[in-house]
Amino acid sequence: MAGGVRIAGLVVALAVSVLLAIGLGAATVAPADTARYLWAAVTGGEIAAGEVTSYQIVWQIRAPRVVLAAVVGGGLAAVGVAVQALVRNALADPFILGVSSGASVGAVGVSVLGVWGALGIYAVSAGAFLGALAASVLVHLAARSRAGTTPLRLVLTGVAMAFGFQALLSVLIYLVPDAEATSAVLYWTMGSFGAATWGVLPVVALTVLIGLVVLRRLSRPLDVLSLGDETAASLGVDAAGLRGRLFVLTSLVTGAMVAVSGAIGFVGLVVPHVVRIVTGAGHRRVLVVAPLVGGVLMVWVDLVSRTLVAPRELPLGAITALVGVPVFIVLLRRRAYLFGGR
Amino acid sequence: MRLAFDEVTAVLDGREIVRRLSLEVPSGQVVGLVGPNGSGKSTAVRCVYRALRPTTGTIWLGRTDLASMSRKDSARSVAALTQHNGLDLDFTVEEVVALGRAPHHTGNQRLGARERALCHTAMERLDVAHLATRGVLSLSGGERQRVLIARALAQEPQVLVLDEPTNHLDIRHQAGLLVLLRDLGLTVLVVLHDLNLAAATCDRLGVLSEGRLVASGTPHEVLTEALVREVFGTTVTIVHHRGVPQLLHSLPERGSLR
Ligand SMILES: Nc1ncnc2c1ncn2[C@@H]1O[C@H](COP(=O)(O)OP(=O)(O)OP(=O)(O)O)[C@@H](O)[C@H]1O
Ligand SMILES: [Mg+2]
Repeated sequence: MAGGVRIAGLVVALAVSVLLAIGLGAATVAPADTARYLWAAVTGGEIAAGEVTSYQIVWQIRAPRVVLAAVVGGGLAAVGVAVQALVRNALADPFILGVSSGASVGAVGVSVLGVWGALGIYAVSAGAFLGALAASVLVHLAARSRAGTTPLRLVLTGVAMAFGFQALLSVLIYLVPDAEATSAVLYWTMGSFGAATWGVLPVVALTVLIGLVVLRRLSRPLDVLSLGDETAASLGVDAAGLRGRLFVLTSLVTGAMVAVSGAIGFVGLVVPHVVRIVTGAGHRRVLVVAPLVGGVLMVWVDLVSRTLVAPRELPLGAITALVGVPVFIVLLRRRAYLFGGR
Repeated sequence: MRLAFDEVTAVLDGREIVRRLSLEVPSGQVVGLVGPNGSGKSTAVRCVYRALRPTTGTIWLGRTDLASMSRKDSARSVAALTQHNGLDLDFTVEEVVALGRAPHHTGNQRLGARERALCHTAMERLDVAHLATRGVLSLSGGERQRVLIARALAQEPQVLVLDEPTNHLDIRHQAGLLVLLRDLGLTVLVVLHDLNLAAATCDRLGVLSEGRLVASGTPHEVLTEALVREVFGTTVTIVHHRGVPQLLHSLPERGSLR
Protein backbone atom coordinates (compact mmCIF):
# COMPACT_ATOMS: atom_id res chain seq x y z
CA MET A 1 0.00 0.00 0.00
CA ALA A 2 1.40 3.35 -1.10
CA GLY A 3 -0.21 5.14 1.85
CA GLY A 4 1.40 2.89 4.48
CA VAL A 5 4.83 3.17 2.91
CA ARG A 6 4.50 6.93 2.73
CA ILE A 7 3.57 7.16 6.40
CA ALA A 8 6.37 4.81 7.48
CA GLY A 9 8.81 6.88 5.41
CA LEU A 10 7.66 10.06 7.09
CA VAL A 11 7.98 8.57 10.56
CA VAL A 12 11.56 7.55 9.78
CA ALA A 13 12.25 10.98 8.28
CA LEU A 14 10.93 12.63 11.43
CA ALA A 15 13.08 10.45 13.73
CA VAL A 16 16.21 11.04 11.64
CA SER A 17 15.52 14.77 11.41
CA VAL A 18 15.14 15.04 15.17
CA LEU A 19 18.36 13.11 15.78
CA LEU A 20 20.37 15.14 13.25
CA ALA A 21 18.95 18.47 14.40
CA ILE A 22 19.82 17.71 18.02
CA GLY A 23 23.43 17.06 16.97
CA LEU A 24 23.80 20.14 14.79
CA GLY A 25 24.51 23.65 16.00
CA ALA A 26 27.35 25.76 17.35
CA ALA A 27 28.91 22.64 18.86
CA THR A 28 28.34 19.71 16.51
CA VAL A 29 27.73 16.28 18.00
CA ALA A 30 27.88 13.15 15.83
CA PRO A 31 24.50 11.39 15.38
CA ALA A 32 25.84 8.25 17.08
CA ASP A 33 26.91 10.26 20.13
CA THR A 34 23.62 12.14 20.13
CA ALA A 35 21.77 8.84 20.17
CA ARG A 36 24.00 7.56 22.97
CA TYR A 37 23.45 10.68 25.12
CA LEU A 38 19.70 10.55 24.58
CA TRP A 39 19.69 6.88 25.49
CA ALA A 40 21.74 7.59 28.61
CA ALA A 41 19.38 10.40 29.61
CA VAL A 42 16.29 8.28 29.15
CA THR A 43 17.61 5.13 30.78
CA GLY A 44 19.75 6.84 33.42
CA GLY A 45 22.99 5.47 31.95
CA GLU A 46 26.51 6.77 32.52
CA ILE A 47 28.46 9.40 30.58
CA ALA A 48 32.25 9.87 30.62
CA ALA A 49 33.41 12.96 32.54
CA GLY A 50 34.86 14.60 29.41
CA GLU A 51 31.52 14.41 27.66
CA VAL A 52 29.40 16.20 30.23
CA THR A 53 29.35 19.51 28.37
CA SER A 54 28.24 17.92 25.09
CA TYR A 55 25.73 15.83 26.99
CA GLN A 56 24.26 18.89 28.61
CA ILE A 57 24.02 20.74 25.31
CA VAL A 58 22.28 17.77 23.75
CA TRP A 59 19.93 16.88 26.58
CA GLN A 60 19.22 20.16 28.35
CA ILE A 61 19.26 22.65 25.50
CA ARG A 62 18.77 21.07 22.12
CA ALA A 63 16.59 18.03 22.71
CA PRO A 64 13.62 19.88 24.25
CA ARG A 65 13.89 22.55 21.59
CA VAL A 66 13.92 20.12 18.67
CA VAL A 67 11.13 18.00 20.13
CA LEU A 68 9.06 21.13 20.71
CA ALA A 69 9.65 22.13 17.09
CA ALA A 70 8.38 18.73 15.92
CA VAL A 71 5.34 18.91 18.20
CA VAL A 72 4.37 22.44 17.22
CA GLY A 73 5.02 21.83 13.52
CA GLY A 74 2.77 18.78 13.62
CA GLY A 75 0.13 20.56 15.66
CA LEU A 76 0.02 23.61 13.39
CA ALA A 77 -0.37 21.45 10.30
CA ALA A 78 -3.20 19.41 11.83
CA VAL A 79 -5.01 22.43 13.22
CA GLY A 80 -4.63 24.10 9.82
CA VAL A 81 -6.45 21.16 8.21
CA ALA A 82 -9.20 21.36 10.81
CA VAL A 83 -9.66 25.12 10.60
CA GLN A 84 -9.82 25.02 6.80
CA ALA A 85 -12.59 22.45 7.08
CA LEU A 86 -14.29 24.37 9.89
CA VAL A 87 -14.56 27.66 8.03
CA ARG A 88 -14.60 26.07 4.57
CA ASN A 89 -11.97 28.46 3.36
CA ALA A 90 -8.71 27.71 1.57
CA LEU A 91 -7.05 30.81 3.02
CA ALA A 92 -7.70 29.82 6.62
CA ASP A 93 -4.87 28.94 8.99
CA PRO A 94 -4.77 28.23 12.74
CA PHE A 95 -4.56 31.94 13.47
CA ILE A 96 -7.45 33.15 11.33
CA LEU A 97 -9.84 33.19 14.25
CA GLY A 98 -7.80 35.77 16.15
CA VAL A 99 -5.92 33.35 18.39
CA SER A 100 -2.40 34.58 17.68
CA SER A 101 -3.07 38.28 18.11
CA GLY A 102 -5.01 37.55 21.29
CA ALA A 103 -2.03 35.59 22.57
CA SER A 104 0.33 38.43 21.76
CA VAL A 105 -1.82 40.89 23.68
CA GLY A 106 -1.96 38.49 26.64
CA ALA A 107 1.79 37.85 26.65
CA VAL A 108 2.83 41.44 26.17
CA GLY A 109 0.24 42.60 28.67
CA VAL A 110 1.70 40.28 31.28
CA SER A 111 5.30 41.27 30.63
CA VAL A 112 4.51 44.98 30.52
CA LEU A 113 2.25 45.09 33.52
CA GLY A 114 4.32 42.59 35.45
CA VAL A 115 1.32 40.78 36.89
CA TRP A 116 1.41 37.19 38.09
CA GLY A 117 4.94 37.42 39.38
CA ALA A 118 4.24 34.27 41.40
CA LEU A 119 4.06 32.20 38.20
CA GLY A 120 7.65 33.14 37.40
CA ILE A 121 8.84 32.13 33.96
CA TYR A 122 5.48 30.63 33.11
CA ALA A 123 3.61 33.91 33.61
CA VAL A 124 4.10 35.08 30.03
CA SER A 125 3.04 31.73 28.59
CA ALA A 126 0.00 31.71 30.84
CA GLY A 127 -0.82 35.24 29.67
CA ALA A 128 -0.47 34.19 26.04
CA PHE A 129 -2.70 31.15 26.54
CA LEU A 130 -5.40 33.15 28.32
CA GLY A 131 -5.15 35.86 25.67
CA ALA A 132 -5.63 33.23 22.98
CA LEU A 133 -8.67 31.75 24.68
CA ALA A 134 -10.18 35.15 25.40
CA ALA A 135 -9.79 36.05 21.73
CA SER A 136 -11.50 32.80 20.66
CA VAL A 137 -14.40 33.33 23.01
CA LEU A 138 -14.83 36.90 21.82
CA VAL A 139 -14.77 35.87 18.18
CA HIS A 140 -17.25 33.11 18.83
CA LEU A 141 -19.66 35.37 20.72
CA ALA A 142 -19.40 38.12 18.13
CA ALA A 143 -19.94 35.74 15.20
CA ARG A 144 -22.89 33.93 16.75
CA SER A 145 -26.42 34.71 15.65
CA ARG A 146 -29.87 33.21 15.74
CA ALA A 147 -29.31 31.47 12.42
CA GLY A 148 -26.18 29.79 13.78
CA THR A 149 -22.57 30.58 13.03
CA THR A 150 -21.86 30.61 9.34
CA PRO A 151 -18.30 29.87 8.23
CA LEU A 152 -17.90 33.14 6.41
CA ARG A 153 -19.10 35.21 9.35
CA LEU A 154 -16.65 33.37 11.58
CA VAL A 155 -13.73 34.19 9.27
CA LEU A 156 -14.72 37.82 8.86
CA THR A 157 -15.18 38.26 12.60
CA GLY A 158 -11.83 36.59 13.28
CA VAL A 159 -10.01 38.81 10.82
CA ALA A 160 -11.68 41.94 12.15
CA MET A 161 -10.89 40.98 15.76
CA ALA A 162 -7.26 40.35 14.81
CA PHE A 163 -7.04 43.93 13.60
CA GLY A 164 -8.50 45.08 16.91
CA PHE A 165 -5.93 43.11 18.89
CA GLN A 166 -3.10 44.41 16.71
CA ALA A 167 -4.25 47.92 17.48
CA LEU A 168 -4.36 47.13 21.18
CA LEU A 169 -0.82 45.79 20.89
CA SER A 170 0.39 48.96 19.19
CA VAL A 171 -1.17 51.05 21.93
CA LEU A 172 0.49 48.92 24.62
CA ILE A 173 3.90 49.28 23.00
CA TYR A 174 3.39 52.99 22.46
CA LEU A 175 2.43 53.61 26.07
CA VAL A 176 5.21 51.46 27.51
CA PRO A 177 8.12 52.07 25.18
CA ASP A 178 10.65 49.72 26.69
CA ALA A 179 12.82 47.32 24.78
CA GLU A 180 11.46 44.32 26.63
CA ALA A 181 7.92 44.86 25.43
CA THR A 182 9.04 45.35 21.86
CA SER A 183 11.10 42.18 21.81
CA ALA A 184 8.24 40.28 23.43
CA VAL A 185 5.96 41.40 20.61
CA LEU A 186 8.47 40.34 18.01
CA TYR A 187 8.86 36.99 19.72
CA TRP A 188 5.13 36.38 19.75
CA THR A 189 4.37 37.53 16.25
CA MET A 190 7.27 35.78 14.50
CA GLY A 191 7.69 32.75 16.73
CA SER A 192 10.72 31.05 18.28
CA PHE A 193 11.56 27.86 20.12
CA GLY A 194 14.25 29.67 22.13
CA ALA A 195 12.32 29.25 25.39
CA ALA A 196 11.95 25.45 25.10
CA THR A 197 12.71 23.46 28.25
CA TRP A 198 11.68 20.00 29.41
CA GLY A 199 9.41 21.84 31.84
CA VAL A 200 7.14 23.43 29.23
CA LEU A 201 7.10 20.49 26.85
CA PRO A 202 4.68 18.00 28.49
CA VAL A 203 1.66 20.32 28.59
CA VAL A 204 1.88 21.40 24.98
CA ALA A 205 2.86 17.93 23.73
CA LEU A 206 -0.07 16.33 25.51
CA THR A 207 -2.49 18.98 24.24
CA VAL A 208 -1.31 18.54 20.66
CA LEU A 209 -1.44 14.76 20.95
CA ILE A 210 -4.98 14.76 22.30
CA GLY A 211 -5.93 17.24 19.59
CA LEU A 212 -4.49 14.96 16.91
CA VAL A 213 -6.28 11.89 18.22
CA VAL A 214 -9.64 13.66 18.48
CA LEU A 215 -9.31 15.23 15.04
CA ARG A 216 -8.36 11.94 13.45
CA ARG A 217 -11.43 10.33 14.97
CA LEU A 218 -13.50 13.08 13.37
CA SER A 219 -12.10 12.34 9.88
CA ARG A 220 -15.36 11.15 8.40
CA PRO A 221 -17.51 13.97 9.80
CA LEU A 222 -14.87 16.41 8.49
CA ASP A 223 -15.17 14.83 5.05
CA VAL A 224 -18.94 15.12 5.25
CA LEU A 225 -18.73 18.76 6.36
CA SER A 226 -16.96 19.63 3.12
CA LEU A 227 -20.07 18.57 1.19
CA GLY A 228 -21.88 21.57 2.71
CA ASP A 229 -24.11 21.96 5.74
CA GLU A 230 -27.31 20.86 3.99
CA THR A 231 -25.86 17.62 2.68
CA ALA A 232 -24.12 17.06 6.00
CA ALA A 233 -27.52 17.22 7.71
CA SER A 234 -28.86 14.60 5.31
CA LEU A 235 -25.90 12.38 6.24
CA GLY A 236 -26.61 12.68 9.94
CA VAL A 237 -23.92 15.23 10.76
CA ASP A 238 -24.96 18.29 12.75
CA ALA A 239 -22.73 20.86 11.05
CA ALA A 240 -23.30 23.60 13.62
CA GLY A 241 -22.53 21.28 16.53
CA LEU A 242 -19.44 19.88 14.83
CA ARG A 243 -18.26 23.40 14.07
CA GLY A 244 -18.66 24.34 17.73
CA ARG A 245 -16.61 21.37 18.89
CA LEU A 246 -13.92 22.00 16.29
CA PHE A 247 -13.79 25.62 17.31
CA VAL A 248 -13.15 24.75 20.95
CA LEU A 249 -10.62 22.07 20.08
CA THR A 250 -8.60 24.11 17.60
CA SER A 251 -8.61 27.14 19.93
CA LEU A 252 -7.24 25.14 22.85
CA VAL A 253 -4.53 23.43 20.81
CA THR A 254 -3.50 26.62 19.03
CA GLY A 255 -3.51 28.52 22.31
CA ALA A 256 -1.24 25.95 23.94
CA MET A 257 1.18 26.11 21.01
CA VAL A 258 1.25 29.88 20.73
CA ALA A 259 1.87 30.16 24.45
CA VAL A 260 5.23 28.40 24.16
CA SER A 261 6.41 29.24 20.66
CA GLY A 262 4.58 32.34 19.49
CA ALA A 263 2.64 32.45 16.25
CA ILE A 264 4.61 30.71 13.53
CA GLY A 265 2.90 31.53 10.29
CA PHE A 266 2.58 29.71 6.99
CA VAL A 267 2.96 26.09 8.17
CA GLY A 268 -0.69 25.78 9.14
CA LEU A 269 -1.78 27.39 5.88
CA VAL A 270 0.42 25.63 3.36
CA VAL A 271 1.19 22.17 4.72
CA PRO A 272 -2.50 21.11 4.53
CA HIS A 273 -2.66 22.15 0.88
CA VAL A 274 0.63 20.52 -0.05
CA VAL A 275 -0.44 17.29 1.64
CA ARG A 276 -3.85 17.29 -0.07
CA ILE A 277 -2.16 17.74 -3.44
CA VAL A 278 -0.24 14.54 -2.82
CA THR A 279 -2.64 12.37 -0.83
CA GLY A 280 -6.05 13.59 -1.97
CA ALA A 281 -8.63 15.30 0.20
CA GLY A 282 -9.74 12.49 2.57
CA HIS A 283 -9.14 13.60 6.15
CA ARG A 284 -8.32 10.10 7.29
CA ARG A 285 -5.05 10.28 5.37
CA VAL A 286 -4.47 14.02 5.52
CA LEU A 287 -4.68 14.07 9.30
CA VAL A 288 -1.87 11.54 9.58
CA VAL A 289 0.41 12.79 6.84
CA ALA A 290 0.06 16.54 7.52
CA PRO A 291 1.29 16.41 11.15
CA LEU A 292 4.30 14.32 10.14
CA VAL A 293 5.18 16.69 7.30
CA GLY A 294 4.65 19.70 9.56
CA GLY A 295 6.89 18.15 12.23
CA VAL A 296 9.74 17.38 9.83
CA LEU A 297 9.48 20.80 8.22
CA MET A 298 9.54 22.64 11.52
CA VAL A 299 12.57 20.74 12.84
CA TRP A 300 14.59 21.82 9.82
CA VAL A 301 13.24 25.36 9.85
CA ASP A 302 14.26 25.72 13.48
CA LEU A 303 17.73 24.34 12.67
CA VAL A 304 18.18 26.92 9.93
CA SER A 305 16.89 29.62 12.24
CA ARG A 306 19.48 28.96 14.92
CA THR A 307 22.49 28.08 12.73
CA LEU A 308 22.35 30.30 9.64
CA VAL A 309 23.49 33.53 11.30
CA ALA A 310 24.51 32.08 14.68
CA PRO A 311 24.68 33.17 17.42
CA ARG A 312 21.70 35.27 16.37
CA GLU A 313 18.42 33.60 15.52
CA LEU A 314 16.28 34.27 12.50
CA PRO A 315 12.52 34.52 13.07
CA LEU A 316 10.86 31.18 12.30
CA GLY A 317 7.96 32.76 10.44
CA ALA A 318 10.38 34.32 7.96
CA ILE A 319 12.04 30.97 7.19
CA THR A 320 8.83 28.97 6.89
CA ALA A 321 7.66 31.48 4.31
CA LEU A 322 10.96 31.66 2.42
CA VAL A 323 11.16 27.86 2.17
CA GLY A 324 7.46 27.19 1.80
CA VAL A 325 6.44 29.70 -0.85
CA PRO A 326 8.55 28.28 -3.70
CA VAL A 327 7.67 24.67 -2.85
CA PHE A 328 3.99 25.54 -2.69
CA ILE A 329 3.98 27.44 -5.96
CA VAL A 330 5.82 24.66 -7.79
CA LEU A 331 3.36 22.05 -6.50
CA LEU A 332 0.36 24.22 -7.32
CA ARG A 333 1.56 24.65 -10.88
CA ARG A 334 2.46 21.03 -11.44
CA ARG A 335 -0.82 19.48 -10.37
CA ALA A 336 -4.32 20.61 -10.99
CA TYR A 337 -5.31 21.44 -7.44
CA LEU A 338 -8.83 22.62 -6.79
CA PHE A 339 -10.23 23.91 -3.53
CA GLY A 340 -13.73 25.35 -3.71
CA GLY A 341 -14.00 25.44 -7.49
CA ARG A 342 -12.10 25.97 -10.68
CA MET B 1 -41.60 2.98 4.50
CA ARG B 2 -44.14 5.76 4.17
CA LEU B 3 -43.35 9.44 4.56
CA ALA B 4 -46.03 11.88 5.61
CA PHE B 5 -46.26 15.60 6.32
CA ASP B 6 -48.89 16.31 8.93
CA GLU B 7 -49.90 19.98 9.23
CA VAL B 8 -46.27 21.05 8.83
CA THR B 9 -45.51 24.75 9.11
CA ALA B 10 -42.04 26.18 8.63
CA VAL B 11 -41.21 29.76 9.56
CA LEU B 12 -38.08 31.47 8.31
CA ASP B 13 -37.19 35.02 9.26
CA GLY B 14 -40.64 35.50 10.75
CA ARG B 15 -42.40 34.48 7.54
CA GLU B 16 -44.47 31.31 7.11
CA ILE B 17 -42.79 29.69 4.14
CA VAL B 18 -44.63 26.37 4.39
CA ARG B 19 -48.17 26.57 5.74
CA ARG B 20 -49.92 23.62 7.31
CA LEU B 21 -48.72 21.19 4.68
CA SER B 22 -50.22 17.71 4.80
CA LEU B 23 -49.02 15.30 2.14
CA GLU B 24 -48.45 11.58 2.12
CA VAL B 25 -45.89 9.60 0.16
CA PRO B 26 -47.09 5.99 0.40
CA SER B 27 -44.48 3.30 0.76
CA GLY B 28 -42.76 2.51 -2.53
CA GLN B 29 -44.43 5.31 -4.47
CA VAL B 30 -42.95 8.28 -6.27
CA VAL B 31 -44.56 11.59 -5.35
CA GLY B 32 -43.63 14.76 -7.21
CA LEU B 33 -43.71 18.15 -5.51
CA VAL B 34 -44.23 20.94 -8.01
CA GLY B 35 -44.91 24.66 -7.79
CA PRO B 36 -43.59 28.03 -8.85
CA ASN B 37 -40.24 29.45 -7.72
CA GLY B 38 -40.34 30.45 -4.08
CA SER B 39 -43.46 28.41 -3.32
CA GLY B 40 -41.70 26.56 -0.50
CA LYS B 41 -40.79 23.23 -2.12
CA SER B 42 -37.19 23.22 -0.97
CA THR B 43 -38.17 24.44 2.46
CA ALA B 44 -40.63 21.58 2.80
CA VAL B 45 -38.15 18.90 1.79
CA ARG B 46 -35.38 20.43 3.93
CA CYS B 47 -37.54 19.50 6.90
CA VAL B 48 -37.40 15.86 5.80
CA TYR B 49 -33.62 15.65 5.61
CA ARG B 50 -33.21 17.49 8.91
CA ALA B 51 -31.62 20.67 7.60
CA LEU B 52 -34.60 22.52 9.04
CA ARG B 53 -36.91 21.84 11.94
CA PRO B 54 -40.61 22.43 11.26
CA THR B 55 -42.02 25.18 13.47
CA THR B 56 -45.18 23.19 14.07
CA GLY B 57 -46.57 19.94 12.77
CA THR B 58 -45.10 16.49 12.41
CA ILE B 59 -43.24 14.57 9.77
CA TRP B 60 -43.87 10.85 10.01
CA LEU B 61 -41.39 8.26 8.90
CA GLY B 62 -43.33 5.02 8.97
CA ARG B 63 -44.93 5.29 12.38
CA THR B 64 -42.13 7.32 13.94
CA ASP B 65 -42.12 11.06 14.47
CA LEU B 66 -38.99 12.26 12.69
CA ALA B 67 -38.32 14.82 15.43
CA SER B 68 -37.96 12.02 17.95
CA MET B 69 -35.16 10.36 15.99
CA SER B 70 -31.48 11.30 16.15
CA ARG B 71 -30.10 12.85 12.97
CA LYS B 72 -27.96 9.84 12.41
CA ASP B 73 -30.85 7.42 12.82
CA SER B 74 -32.99 9.24 10.31
CA ALA B 75 -30.04 9.50 7.91
CA ARG B 76 -29.95 5.70 7.84
CA SER B 77 -33.45 5.68 6.37
CA VAL B 78 -33.66 8.98 4.50
CA ALA B 79 -31.18 10.11 1.85
CA ALA B 80 -31.33 13.43 0.06
CA LEU B 81 -30.08 15.41 -2.86
CA THR B 82 -30.08 19.09 -1.92
CA GLN B 83 -30.84 21.91 -4.34
CA HIS B 84 -27.61 23.79 -3.67
CA ASN B 85 -24.40 21.87 -3.43
CA GLY B 86 -21.18 23.47 -2.37
CA LEU B 87 -18.31 21.03 -2.54
CA ASP B 88 -15.02 22.52 -1.54
CA LEU B 89 -12.45 19.77 -1.32
CA ASP B 90 -11.39 17.87 -4.40
CA PHE B 91 -12.50 14.39 -3.37
CA THR B 92 -12.57 11.71 -6.01
CA VAL B 93 -15.94 10.54 -7.28
CA GLU B 94 -15.66 7.23 -5.45
CA GLU B 95 -14.75 9.00 -2.21
CA VAL B 96 -17.84 11.20 -2.44
CA VAL B 97 -20.08 8.23 -3.17
CA ALA B 98 -18.53 6.35 -0.24
CA LEU B 99 -19.49 9.23 2.07
CA GLY B 100 -23.04 8.01 1.59
CA ARG B 101 -22.08 5.28 4.05
CA ALA B 102 -21.26 7.83 6.76
CA PRO B 103 -24.51 7.44 8.75
CA HIS B 104 -23.92 3.69 8.98
CA HIS B 105 -20.58 4.08 10.71
CA THR B 106 -19.19 5.42 13.89
CA GLY B 107 -15.58 6.49 13.87
CA ASN B 108 -13.23 5.76 11.03
CA GLN B 109 -13.84 2.15 10.03
CA ARG B 110 -13.17 1.41 6.39
CA LEU B 111 -15.98 0.27 4.15
CA GLY B 112 -16.63 -3.45 4.00
CA ALA B 113 -16.76 -5.47 0.77
CA ARG B 114 -20.56 -5.34 0.65
CA GLU B 115 -20.50 -1.57 1.06
CA ARG B 116 -17.93 -1.12 -1.68
CA ALA B 117 -20.06 -3.22 -4.00
CA LEU B 118 -23.06 -1.09 -3.04
CA CYS B 119 -21.19 2.09 -3.95
CA HIS B 120 -20.12 0.57 -7.23
CA THR B 121 -23.68 -0.40 -8.11
CA ALA B 122 -24.85 3.12 -7.27
CA MET B 123 -22.19 4.60 -9.55
CA GLU B 124 -23.16 2.26 -12.37
CA ARG B 125 -26.82 3.10 -12.01
CA LEU B 126 -26.05 6.79 -12.38
CA ASP B 127 -23.58 6.17 -15.20
CA VAL B 128 -20.60 7.62 -13.32
CA ALA B 129 -18.56 4.45 -12.72
CA HIS B 130 -16.14 5.49 -15.47
CA LEU B 131 -15.44 8.69 -13.50
CA ALA B 132 -14.62 6.86 -10.25
CA THR B 133 -11.10 8.21 -9.81
CA ARG B 134 -11.76 11.70 -11.16
CA GLY B 135 -11.79 14.71 -8.84
CA VAL B 136 -15.34 15.97 -8.32
CA LEU B 137 -14.44 19.64 -8.71
CA SER B 138 -13.42 19.14 -12.32
CA LEU B 139 -16.63 17.36 -13.37
CA SER B 140 -19.28 18.94 -15.56
CA GLY B 141 -22.48 20.12 -13.89
CA GLY B 142 -24.50 17.08 -14.92
CA GLU B 143 -21.74 14.62 -14.04
CA ARG B 144 -21.47 16.13 -10.60
CA GLN B 145 -25.22 15.99 -10.10
CA ARG B 146 -25.22 12.28 -10.98
CA VAL B 147 -22.36 11.64 -8.56
CA LEU B 148 -24.36 13.26 -5.77
CA ILE B 149 -27.40 11.15 -6.57
CA ALA B 150 -25.20 8.04 -6.57
CA ARG B 151 -24.01 9.11 -3.12
CA ALA B 152 -27.61 9.28 -1.93
CA LEU B 153 -28.26 5.75 -3.27
CA ALA B 154 -25.11 4.43 -1.57
CA GLN B 155 -26.74 5.56 1.67
CA GLU B 156 -29.09 2.59 1.17
CA PRO B 157 -32.15 4.60 2.15
CA GLN B 158 -35.75 3.53 2.30
CA VAL B 159 -36.88 7.06 1.59
CA LEU B 160 -35.26 9.25 -1.05
CA VAL B 161 -35.78 13.01 -1.14
CA LEU B 162 -34.53 14.79 -4.24
CA ASP B 163 -34.63 18.54 -4.83
CA GLU B 164 -34.58 19.19 -8.57
CA PRO B 165 -32.45 16.15 -9.42
CA THR B 166 -32.78 16.72 -13.17
CA ASN B 167 -30.92 20.05 -12.96
CA HIS B 168 -27.99 20.04 -15.41
CA LEU B 169 -28.90 16.60 -16.76
CA ASP B 170 -29.24 15.97 -20.50
CA ILE B 171 -32.54 14.49 -21.66
CA ARG B 172 -31.25 10.92 -21.74
CA HIS B 173 -30.07 11.13 -18.16
CA GLN B 174 -33.23 12.96 -17.08
CA ALA B 175 -35.41 10.17 -18.42
CA GLY B 176 -32.98 7.54 -17.15
CA LEU B 177 -33.04 8.98 -13.66
CA LEU B 178 -36.81 9.11 -13.43
CA VAL B 179 -37.16 5.57 -14.73
CA LEU B 180 -34.64 4.53 -12.11
CA LEU B 181 -36.59 6.31 -9.36
CA ARG B 182 -39.76 4.54 -10.48
CA ASP B 183 -38.11 1.13 -10.55
CA LEU B 184 -36.01 1.26 -7.38
CA GLY B 185 -39.03 0.51 -5.23
CA LEU B 186 -38.05 3.20 -2.73
CA THR B 187 -40.38 5.79 -1.27
CA VAL B 188 -39.48 8.89 -3.27
CA LEU B 189 -40.34 12.54 -2.80
CA VAL B 190 -39.00 14.54 -5.72
CA VAL B 191 -39.16 18.25 -6.44
CA LEU B 192 -39.45 18.84 -10.17
CA HIS B 193 -39.97 21.81 -12.45
CA ASP B 194 -40.49 19.75 -15.58
CA LEU B 195 -44.20 18.97 -15.34
CA ASN B 196 -44.05 16.65 -18.35
CA LEU B 197 -41.41 14.45 -16.74
CA ALA B 198 -43.30 14.64 -13.46
CA ALA B 199 -46.53 13.55 -15.13
CA ALA B 200 -44.82 10.70 -16.93
CA THR B 201 -43.09 9.21 -13.91
CA CYS B 202 -44.75 10.21 -10.64
CA ASP B 203 -47.52 8.16 -9.08
CA ARG B 204 -48.91 11.29 -7.49
CA LEU B 205 -48.23 15.01 -7.55
CA GLY B 206 -48.56 17.70 -4.91
CA VAL B 207 -48.77 21.31 -6.02
CA LEU B 208 -47.47 24.03 -3.72
CA SER B 209 -48.32 27.66 -4.09
CA GLU B 210 -47.19 30.29 -1.58
CA GLY B 211 -46.45 27.56 0.92
CA ARG B 212 -49.85 25.88 0.69
CA LEU B 213 -50.77 22.61 -0.92
CA VAL B 214 -53.31 23.67 -3.55
CA ALA B 215 -53.79 20.35 -5.31
CA SER B 216 -52.75 16.75 -4.97
CA GLY B 217 -53.58 13.50 -6.70
CA THR B 218 -52.59 11.56 -9.78
CA PRO B 219 -50.99 13.56 -12.59
CA HIS B 220 -54.21 13.08 -14.49
CA GLU B 221 -56.27 14.68 -11.74
CA VAL B 222 -53.87 17.48 -10.96
CA LEU B 223 -52.51 18.72 -14.24
CA THR B 224 -55.27 20.74 -15.85
CA GLU B 225 -55.04 23.83 -17.99
CA ALA B 226 -56.93 25.77 -15.31
CA LEU B 227 -54.55 24.75 -12.53
CA VAL B 228 -51.45 25.61 -14.53
CA ARG B 229 -52.92 29.01 -15.40
CA GLU B 230 -53.90 29.70 -11.81
CA VAL B 231 -50.80 28.44 -10.03
CA PHE B 232 -48.04 29.10 -12.55
CA GLY B 233 -49.67 32.04 -14.33
CA THR B 234 -49.00 30.75 -17.80
CA THR B 235 -51.18 29.33 -20.56
CA VAL B 236 -50.63 25.80 -21.78
CA THR B 237 -52.50 23.24 -23.82
CA ILE B 238 -52.69 19.78 -22.31
CA VAL B 239 -52.58 16.77 -24.55
CA HIS B 240 -52.57 13.12 -23.63
CA HIS B 241 -49.67 11.01 -24.77
CA ARG B 242 -49.98 7.30 -24.00
CA GLY B 243 -52.47 8.16 -21.30
CA VAL B 244 -50.24 10.73 -19.60
CA PRO B 245 -51.04 14.46 -19.55
CA GLN B 246 -48.33 16.48 -21.28
CA LEU B 247 -48.06 20.25 -21.55
CA LEU B 248 -47.61 22.18 -24.75
CA HIS B 249 -46.66 25.81 -24.33
CA SER B 250 -48.89 28.38 -25.87
CA LEU B 251 -46.57 31.37 -25.98
CA PRO B 252 -47.95 34.81 -26.87
CA GLU B 253 -47.30 36.14 -30.39
CA ARG B 254 -43.82 37.46 -31.12
CA GLY B 255 -43.54 41.15 -30.28
CA SER B 256 -46.32 41.13 -27.70
CA LEU B 257 -44.03 42.62 -25.01
CA ARG B 258 -43.35 45.72 -27.06
N1 LIG C 1 -33.41 31.29 5.19
C1 LIG C 1 -34.43 31.98 4.68
N2 LIG C 1 -34.81 33.13 5.25
C2 LIG C 1 -35.85 33.83 4.75
N3 LIG C 1 -36.56 33.46 3.69
C3 LIG C 1 -36.23 32.33 3.08
C4 LIG C 1 -35.16 31.52 3.54
N4 LIG C 1 -35.05 30.46 2.73
C5 LIG C 1 -36.01 30.60 1.80
N5 LIG C 1 -36.72 31.71 2.00
C6 LIG C 1 -37.86 32.17 1.20
O1 LIG C 1 -38.84 31.17 1.25
C7 LIG C 1 -39.52 31.06 0.04
C8 LIG C 1 -39.56 29.61 -0.41
O2 LIG C 1 -38.22 29.21 -0.67
P1 LIG C 1 -37.91 27.76 -1.24
O3 LIG C 1 -36.45 27.68 -1.43
O4 LIG C 1 -38.56 26.76 -0.37
O5 LIG C 1 -38.64 27.83 -2.65
P2 LIG C 1 -38.76 26.73 -3.77
O6 LIG C 1 -40.18 26.40 -3.93
O7 LIG C 1 -37.81 25.63 -3.53
O8 LIG C 1 -38.29 27.58 -5.03
P3 LIG C 1 -37.38 27.20 -6.30
O9 LIG C 1 -38.28 26.57 -7.29
O10 LIG C 1 -36.91 28.53 -6.80
O11 LIG C 1 -36.29 26.33 -5.83
C9 LIG C 1 -38.82 32.00 -0.92
O12 LIG C 1 -39.59 33.17 -1.05
C10 LIG C 1 -37.51 32.30 -0.25
O13 LIG C 1 -37.11 33.60 -0.56
MG1 LIG D 1 -36.09 25.01 -4.38
